[in-house]
Amino acid sequence: MIGIVDYEMGGIASVSNALSQIGADFTVGRTRTELSKCDGIILPGIGAAPGAMTSLHDQGLTTFLSSLKTPFLGVCLGMQLLHTFSEEGDTTCLKVLPGTVKRMNHAVCKVPHIGWNEVQVLSNHPLFEGLKNPAYFYFSHSYAAPVGPATTAVSDCGVRFASAVSKDRYFGVQFHPEKSGDAGLQFLKNFAKLCKSLPR
Amino acid sequence: MPGFSFSRILPNYANHYLDRPLSQRERAFGIAITETRLGGAVMLTRRIIACLEVLDGRVVNKTQFDNVADVGDPAELSAIYSGEGADELMLLDVSVSNEKWPPFFEMVERVAKRVAIPLSVGGGILTIDDIMRLLSSGADKVLLNSMLVEEPLLFARAAPRVGPDALVAAVEGRRQGDGWVVDVKSGTEVTELDAIEWAKTVTDCGAGELLVTSVNREGTNNGFDLDLLRELTWRVNVPVIASGNTGNKEEMADALKIGEADAVLAPSASHLNGLSIRELKQFVASKGLPVRL
Repeated sequence: MIGIVDYEMGGIASVSNALSQIGADFTVGRTRTELSKCDGIILPGIGAAPGAMTSLHDQGLTTFLSSLKTPFLGVCLGMQLLHTFSEEGDTTCLKVLPGTVKRMNHAVCKVPHIGWNEVQVLSNHPLFEGLKNPAYFYFSHSYAAPVGPATTAVSDCGVRFASAVSKDRYFGVQFHPEKSGDAGLQFLKNFAKLCKSLPR
Repeated sequence: MPGFSFSRILPNYANHYLDRPLSQRERAFGIAITETRLGGAVMLTRRIIACLEVLDGRVVNKTQFDNVADVGDPAELSAIYSGEGADELMLLDVSVSNEKWPPFFEMVERVAKRVAIPLSVGGGILTIDDIMRLLSSGADKVLLNSMLVEEPLLFARAAPRVGPDALVAAVEGRRQGDGWVVDVKSGTEVTELDAIEWAKTVTDCGAGELLVTSVNREGTNNGFDLDLLRELTWRVNVPVIASGNTGNKEEMADALKIGEADAVLAPSASHLNGLSIRELKQFVASKGLPVRL
């Protein structure tokens, strides 16, 4: 069972729809009690970092989310929140990964960066199994994480940024797998498979 | 394994590497944005957005003299377009009423459950409540229309709650002298507002994309105004979606290539003279534009 974190940000409906389409078991939860029963967590997120962190604090989820043993997938804002800090509203984030999420430079690409962009996976990764490399995924964001030690895939829209990150059982993607057609559904299937296969 | 694709940003003096003149956007920033094509990789693709006009829960084709032909079920057609490789879907409510009834939200929900590509919804959206309700029904973006001219604050109020990525502003421009003025209600009302300045205002207020339609002197909106598209692409820093109400593939490719639009709205299949979304994308790709195939 995958737990989708409901923290008053957008994107829950889309992630739920995509998980239904691939036939994955999931639940939507707001509290630690509801989510700790799950064998995988997805933190979706359409919205702004400051409000998102405030909601996570209010729901008492920050420590829980930053010390998980089960697989975790942060989508878009959910991926950015894994980092130490976000320039968006000067927000301190979950500090699972080092680095600062920065506003994209409008001199080299249009901001928000919206559309299908290539994702280049740097080394074989179970979440990208069965996908072309590079593959197209759908992006919609104004902030991005710089390429760093945790980067597993990069994208380029005039600037290079980390489009996927991983550390231990933490994964994050800047794109929206739930909106990326067949490639996105395959990616989510891979995550669901990973959640089932890893011992708790 | 194909090589990495990194865009290189060249200083202005190095533009002899380019096989094309610098766009004005590039000149404005003093850089040329190019792609190295190692491994055939490119950067952001141009999007083909399939548009479905809906009336009373059905996809319709509004022909001349306001005749309406039933084309099919929104969820079924959305699944077909998604399968054909549409990059996005747009549901456009073409009913005259501005009130959104529960069946409309249920229809959006039904479509969102069938597809896994971005879904925009537009037509007569007037309140924050409608915006929030559409987004929670599974829409990813809402298109806000001419009413913005009357109530520009809606954007400023909605943006902090939903983010710019979820807000698309419709801009209708009518050529006047050297520039364009904002047209509302599809040509029935003309304002004195400069269309480019207006586009800047709505993006400053939080619109993350512009849907650009041009209205000609006769008040009809068939075809694209390539100058208007390019001017907006250069001067406003958010993606531009070209809407020309035409199924002509040459014109649509021109909107992307000459108009430099980021995306083009393809009208319901019935307008496309039997051309599938995939064939349209292949045609656009044959013009040298990056497309997700």
